[in-house]
Amino acid sequence: MHVFRPLIVVLALAGTILIVRNFIVPSDFGVHESGYMYGWYRKSNEGEWKAVKVKYQGKEYCQDCHAESDQQVRSSRHNLIECENCHGPALEHPSNPAKLAIDRGRELCLRCHTHLAYPTSKRSEISGIDAESHNPGGDCVGCHNPHQASKPH
Amino acid sequence: MTRRDFFKHTLKGLGGIVLAQGLGEIFRPVAGQASLKPVRWVFLVDTYKCIGCGFCVKACKLENEIPFEANVSRTWVERYVVTKERKVFADTPKEARNGFTTGKVDLGMGRYRDIKNNEIEKAFFVPKLCNQCDKPPCVQVCPVGATYKTGDGITLVDREWCIGCGYCIMACPYGMRFIHPVIHVAEKCNFCYHRITQGKKPACVLACPVSARRIGNLKDAVDPVSKVILTQRVETHKGEYGTKPQVYYIGLSVEVR
Repeated sequence: MHVFRPLIVVLALAGTILIVRNFIVPSDFGVHESGYMYGWYRKSNEGEWKAVKVKYQGKEYCQDCHAESDQQVRSSRHNLIECENCHGPALEHPSNPAKLAIDRGRELCLRCHTHLAYPTSKRSEISGIDAESHNPGGDCVGCHNPHQASKPH
Repeated sequence: MTRRDFFKHTLKGLGGIVLAQGLGEIFRPVAGQASLKPVRWVFLVDTYKCIGCGFCVKACKLENEIPFEANVSRTWVERYVVTKERKVFADTPKEARNGFTTGKVDLGMGRYRDIKNNEIEKAFFVPKLCNQCDKPPCVQVCPVGATYKTGDGITLVDREWCIGCGYCIMACPYGMRFIHPVIHVAEKCNFCYHRITQGKKPACVLACPVSARRIGNLKDAVDPVSKVILTQRVETHKGEYGTKPQVYYIGLSVEVR
């Protein structure tokens, strides 16, 4: 009889693990569309990812209230740039936040307008400056209007 | 009941069940099919168009709440400069979150290389992001089922389930994964799953001023991106690993690793 005692202990342990597992592992955890190798997961996590808050809203979100600025940019070469690239993500503006933090820094303009003469890249075709000799340290917006992207005013 | 009658009734009954099921398969309501519109998200990158402004990286970090100053990112842009002497210089200063604002190539350890314009044979930018592989090795190695491939082809990480062991980071041949500096679980690009499932573009695609980054549905025959992938000459990264990556590149060069 004594030889069966450890067996009973092991069986009890296995049983406990199975019962506990039943409570810990959610019912939607299992094999889904992509099969056992790639699709073994908690299904409700897909919904959690879909519920992440959208922060970048796109131009269409801005143009109704900021029609004047929208028209200005539209007629300039900066038309291809999203408002939020410089003005920051809109989130739920104007309710939250009421004001957006605009990046007016020289570094922002230099992202595109540092001249890099790279053959086989479109970068070389953008009108650019040598940042070390062109008014070093100065703010671009002092002379150039980013909404009208043309010659300095 | 005779044995003969028993077999007759059984056969009739079975036949009826099989027929009913078969008809159900054939005459499925059309509305049900429409809701199951097949989707396979894919990405198309045109390296000729990329200007290295890094707005994609900035938008990605803000949209997906990756601390801006942390040196990790779901996407980044690499610069390759090949000299006339066939030397290759490549860098991605701070994942290019502030773009490429100098011609000096970052060699690491605080060293820079100023390459003169007349030395350059070719130079270009290569945006990198998760390849959402058809056979993702990062998913295979996960010991707890915290990372998985959805029905529409996106590899996601379950932040509740991830134990942060880092096996997936080792398994990804593209170095796409990292530990989130705040949440301390595995983190990766998911094509902005919250945006694409709502019909919006991923943040990087929206922010790109030159349309170098595009997203599409490979199972949609009229999708403009699938059309390019199916009819033009495109290339993927590290096909030799057999991961079947789904980020397609136009103008990929041999220097790109």
